[in-house]
Amino acid sequence: MKFTLSWLKEHLDTEATVAEVVDAMTMAGLEVEHVEDPAAKFGQFSVAKIVEAVQHPNADRLRVCQVDTVDGRKEIVCGAPNARAGLTTIYAPIGAYVPGSGVTLEARPVRGVVSNGMLCSGRELEVADDADGIVELDGALKVGASAAEAFGLEAVIDFEVTPNRSDWLGVAGVARDLAAAGLGALKDLSVKPAAGSFREPIEIKVDGEACPVFAGRLIKGVRNGPSPAWLQQRLTSIGLRPINALVDVTNYLTYDRARPLHVYDAAKLAGGFLEARLGREGEQVAALDGKTYPAGPEVCVIADGSGAIGLGGVIGGESTKVTDETTDVFVECAWFDPIRTAQTGRTLGILSDAQYRFARGVDPGFIAPGLELATQLILQLCGGEASEIRVAGEPPAGRPPIAFDRTYVKKLAGLDVPRARIDEILTKLGFALSGDQVTPPSWRRDVEGKADLVEEVARIQGYPSLPSEALPEVARPAGGMLTVRQTRMRNSRRLLAARGYDEALTWSFMRRAWAELFGGGQPELLLTNPIASDLDCMRPSILPNLIEAAEKNARRGFADVALFEVGPIYKGDAPGDQLTVVAGLLAPHPPKSWVKPAVDPLFTLKADLMALLDELGAPPLQIVQGHASPWWHPGRSARLQLGPKNVVAEFGEVHPRILKALDADGPMLAFEVTLEAIPEPKKKAVKTKPALVLSPLMPLTRDFAFVVDRATPAGDLVKPILGVDRQLITEARVFDVYQGPGVPAGSKSIAVEVTLQPREKTLTDAEIEALSAKIVAAAEKAVGAKLRA
Amino acid sequence: MTDLNQLQAELTARAAAGGNLAELEALRLEALGKSGSISELLKSLGRMSPDERREQGPLINGLRDAVATAIAARKAELEAAELDARLAGEHVDLTLPPPPERRGHVHPTMQVLDEMIAIFAELGFALAEGPDIEDDFHNFTALNFPPKHPAREMHDTFWLPEDARGERKLLRTHTSPVQVRVMQRTNEALPSWVANGQAPPIRVIVPGRVYRSDSDATHTPMFHQMEGLVIDRAIHMGHLKWTLETFCRRFFETEAVVTRFRPHHFPFTEPSAEMDVQCDRSGGSIKIGEGSDWLEILGGGMVHPTVLRNCGLAPDEWQGFAFGLGIDRLGALKYGMPDLRDMFSGDVRWIDHYGFSAFAAPNPATGLS
Repeated sequence: MKFTLSWLKEHLDTEATVAEVVDAMTMAGLEVEHVEDPAAKFGQFSVAKIVEAVQHPNADRLRVCQVDTVDGRKEIVCGAPNARAGLTTIYAPIGAYVPGSGVTLEARPVRGVVSNGMLCSGRELEVADDADGIVELDGALKVGASAAEAFGLEAVIDFEVTPNRSDWLGVAGVARDLAAAGLGALKDLSVKPAAGSFREPIEIKVDGEACPVFAGRLIKGVRNGPSPAWLQQRLTSIGLRPINALVDVTNYLTYDRARPLHVYDAAKLAGGFLEARLGREGEQVAALDGKTYPAGPEVCVIADGSGAIGLGGVIGGESTKVTDETTDVFVECAWFDPIRTAQTGRTLGILSDAQYRFARGVDPGFIAPGLELATQLILQLCGGEASEIRVAGEPPAGRPPIAFDRTYVKKLAGLDVPRARIDEILTKLGFALSGDQVTPPSWRRDVEGKADLVEEVARIQGYPSLPSEALPEVARPAGGMLTVRQTRMRNSRRLLAARGYDEALTWSFMRRAWAELFGGGQPELLLTNPIASDLDCMRPSILPNLIEAAEKNARRGFADVALFEVGPIYKGDAPGDQLTVVAGLLAPHPPKSWVKPAVDPLFTLKADLMALLDELGAPPLQIVQGHASPWWHPGRSARLQLGPKNVVAEFGEVHPRILKALDADGPMLAFEVTLEAIPEPKKKAVKTKPALVLSPLMPLTRDFAFVVDRATPAGDLVKPILGVDRQLITEARVFDVYQGPGVPAGSKSIAVEVTLQPREKTLTDAEIEALSAKIVAAAEKAVGAKLRA
Repeated sequence: MTDLNQLQAELTARAAAGGNLAELEALRLEALGKSGSISELLKSLGRMSPDERREQGPLINGLRDAVATAIAARKAELEAAELDARLAGEHVDLTLPPPPERRGHVHPTMQVLDEMIAIFAELGFALAEGPDIEDDFHNFTALNFPPKHPAREMHDTFWLPEDARGERKLLRTHTSPVQVRVMQRTNEALPSWVANGQAPPIRVIVPGRVYRSDSDATHTPMFHQMEGLVIDRAIHMGHLKWTLETFCRRFFETEAVVTRFRPHHFPFTEPSAEMDVQCDRSGGSIKIGEGSDWLEILGGGMVHPTVLRNCGLAPDEWQGFAFGLGIDRLGALKYGMPDLRDMFSGDVRWIDHYGFSAFAAPNPATGLS
C-alpha cells in the first residue's frame, strides 16, 4: 500500500514530516517497507529562468543563454529549439549527474563557448518521454525551487498491510490510526448523501452466497474524458495510470477509502438488469485486461441479459466498460465474500486492487456512503444527473459488542493505562463505548474479543511503555532440560566433530528416484508442490544427501571428506514414522603421506561408529553380516542389532551400483544409526557408579593361533572364548589374520590374545594350562578351530 | 708406604684412561677382584701384628676406596658418552608433517541452537519437539488460521497428497504446531519424543526444521525455527519483553544491544509484536549494538484466547506468551554469513570456515561463543 504525505493530509490535520509519519506508523503496527523520496533523486536540480538566448557564434543549432539560477547568473550553451528568453526550466549545475543521459556535467567549451551547467529535458530527468526540448515550467515558480517541487513530486511511503487490517488499504484508514497515535487531528470522514432525481431503472439481483449486498445508481448525461490534474497527480504519485475521469474516480476511492467500485457504460448493458451470482459451467468473461477467464460455479460473476460480463470484486468486463463516449454510467458498490474473492483471484491468477481489498474484507458499513462519495466526484468532474440508489441484499452483520473489563489491559499486557485513556484510544479508533461494552466499528471485522482490544490500547499507548518484567523463578528439572534423546543428538554431533567429521545440514526432501533406491518413495511422502523436481520426496535416509554432498565436494577439488548429519528421516507420514538418525560418511582419498596408513579405512569408520555407540550408551550389540540393506556392498557391510527386529545401525561400503545411480565416484563408506533404536535408561537421574574393585594381581595374557575355515567371521571365534570363564577372561582380542603358505588352502589363521585377570590368587601353571585347554575346546566346538601347529 | 702410593697413582691413572667398559671391568677385576692386587693387600692385613695392622689398615682401605671411586667415575663417563652417541644416531626430522588427520566441525546452526538452549535453560525452559509432517489442524486451524484465510497463503506451504479421507498433510511451516501439542493431549498414537499435553505452568522452547516453498539469498525451502511458550496464570506481555530483551543481550553477547518492540499481527497471538535490534549496515555487513538502523529479528505475543481454547485451556484462567525466531537467520546475523543457502550446501570449505570446534559447547562457565 502506497500513499504520499499530501494525500494523508487530506484526512489528517498534521505538521508532521515524512520521517515522523514513518516513525509513528512503525510504532502503531504499520510496517513501512520503503520510502521513495524524489527530493533525494532530484537534489541537484532546481528551477531557473532564461534571461537572454542568443545564437551561438559557431553553431547554427546552439544558443548561448544567460540564465538566472540558484547559483546566480550563468552562461549556458543549449541545443534545445525551445530555449528562449523568459522560459522557466530546470537547471543542472556542473558536477550534477544527469540520470537520463548517464553523464556527470563538466565545465567544457562547446564549440568555443564554455557552458556553466545544463538546461534539462524531461527525458534527461526521467520524468517524461519528450526529448524535443527542455522542460517548460509555470513562470510563477521561483528560481532555485527544487525540481521535485516543480514537478509536484513528493515522497511515496510504501508499507505492509497485515491481513487483519483491510482498513489500512485506504489512506483515510491510515489517517485514523495516526490521529489516534497523536500525530494530528482526523478530518471529518463522513459523507453527506445526495438525493437522486429519478428512479434507478436497472434492476439489481443478488444471490446472497456470492454477493450479500449490491448497491448501485445510474448517472445520466455525463461527459467522460481525462480527469483533472489533481486527480491524475494523486494516481500517478503512487504509480497508478490515469484512464478517464469515471475510472479514475473508482481507482481513487479504492486507495483513498479502501472502497473498490465499478462503473458500467449503461448503454452497453443488456436486458435492463444486473445480477451478482455464481458462474455457470462453461461460462466465460472477457475481462478488462484483454484476457478471457473461465467463470465456473466457484466464482462470483456479474451478469446482465447477455450473460456474465464481469468477475465480481475481481475485474470488470471489456464489453460494458466506460469510454470517452460514455454518457450514462451505472456505478456499482457491492460487498463480495472475502474467501470466494481470494479463491477466485488465486485460481484465475488475477491480483487486482479490488480483489486484494475484497479478499481481506472491505467495510460493510461504507456501501451507501461509498456510492455517495463516488457520485459526488462524478457529478463534480463529469456533470450529469444521478438516480436514486438501489440496493439489493443485506450487508453482513457487524461485530457484536465485547464485554471489556478495562483491568484486562494490565492483566494481559502488564501496562498501566488509566480507564479514561483506554476509552480515549478506543473512541479515536472508532469503537463505540457503552459501560463495559465496546462495539467495534464496521471496518474492524478483525476485532473479536477483549484481547484484541488490549492490543489496540497497547499499540496506541505505545509498546515502549510496556514494562520489562523478569519471569518468575521456577523449579528446574533435576537432570537438566534435555531428554536423553536430545542429549544423545547433541553428543553425537560433538563426538563426530571431534573425530574429524564435518557436520552438514541437508534438505529433508530429495528426488524420488534416490529415495526409492534407499527403501523410500512411498506415494504419501511425495510433495505435491515441490520447490524443484529433484526435491519432491521426503527422505528415507540421509545417506543419498551425504553422498551427493561428498561428490560435489570432490568436483570442487575436495575429494577426501568426512561428513555427518543428525536429523530426521521419514518412513511414513505419521509422527511415529519420523526417526532421528546419525549418519556419517567417509570418502577416503587421504593425501599422500610419508607415513603409510596401515588400516583399511572401513575399520577407521567402524572405530568411529563404535566410539559413537559407546558415547550414546548403547548396550553390547550383535554384529551381523550378509543381511544389511541392498544399498550396501554385500561383502563389506554389516548391521549392529539388539535382535533381528531391532537394528540399531548399519555400516559399510556403499554399493557401487548405488554410487553409479547417484553419479558419484567411490569408494564411499558410511554408517547410519537410528537413535530411537537405542534403549533409553529408565530414568535420567544421578546414578551412583558401582564401586571400583581393583585386583592387586597383574593381568596376564596368552596368545592362541587358530586355523579356521576362511569364511568364518573372527567374531564367531572370539565370542565362545569369552564365554569360557566370564570372571577370569576379560578380553579376547584378534591381533593377526593370515592366509597363505603354512596355512591349508581354504583356511585362515586367526591369532587371539586372551587376557586373564586373576581375582583372589595368582594362577598356577596347571590352572592356566587347564583354562587354555578349555579355550581351545570351546573354539573347536564353536567354529571347528584347530590350534595352528 | 711408597709402594701403596705408587700403586694408587698407577691404578687411578689407568682407570681414568680406560677406553671402554670392558677395559674398565678388566681393571676392576685386576685390582679389586677376588685375587686382585688390592684384595691381596687386604687379605695380608690378617697376617699382620696389631700395631702393623693399625698403621696399614687405613692406608690399604684408603687405597681400595680411591681406586673403586676412580673406576666408577670413569664408568659413568663412558656410559654417558655411549648414551650420547646412541641418541645422536636417533635424530629425526621433526619438521616432517604428522600423518594427515581431518578436523571436524559442528555446523554453525547447530552451534547457535546449543547457544540458545544454554540461554533458555538458565531461564528455566525445557525443550519440546514435534513432527515435521503435520496436519492442517496443528499447523493452522488450532493456531487460529481459519480455513481458506489469506494468512495461510502467506506461508507458502508444501503439501503432501490427499489421503483416502480427502485430508492432506503438510510440512510444518513453523514450529508453532508444537505449541498446540504441548498444551493439548491427544489419544493419537505418538512416539515418546513428540510433546503430548502438559498441564500448565508450561515453559518450553521448541527448535526444529520448518519448510516454506521459497528460495533466494535470505530464504531457503527448509530452515530452523525456535518457538518459545510460557503459560501460567499471570504471565503478561512485560514478561515477554523481558525474556526477549534478555535473550538478545545474552545471544549477541553485548549489553550494548538496543532492542525495539513494535506492534505486528499474527493469527495466533493477541496482542502481537515484532522485535527489532538496532544495527549498523554501513560497510556491507550488519553490526549489532551500534548504528541507527533497525533489523527485525523475531516475532511473538500473548497466546491468542482462541488458541488456548482450541487446546483445552480456559483463557480466563491461563494466559501466557509465545515467540518464534529463525535459528539460521540469527546465526547468520551473529557470525556474518551472507547467504542462507550456503548453510545447506554441505560444502566442506564453508563448514570448515564457519563451523565450530567439538569442544566449543556453549556453557555458562566459558561463555557462549
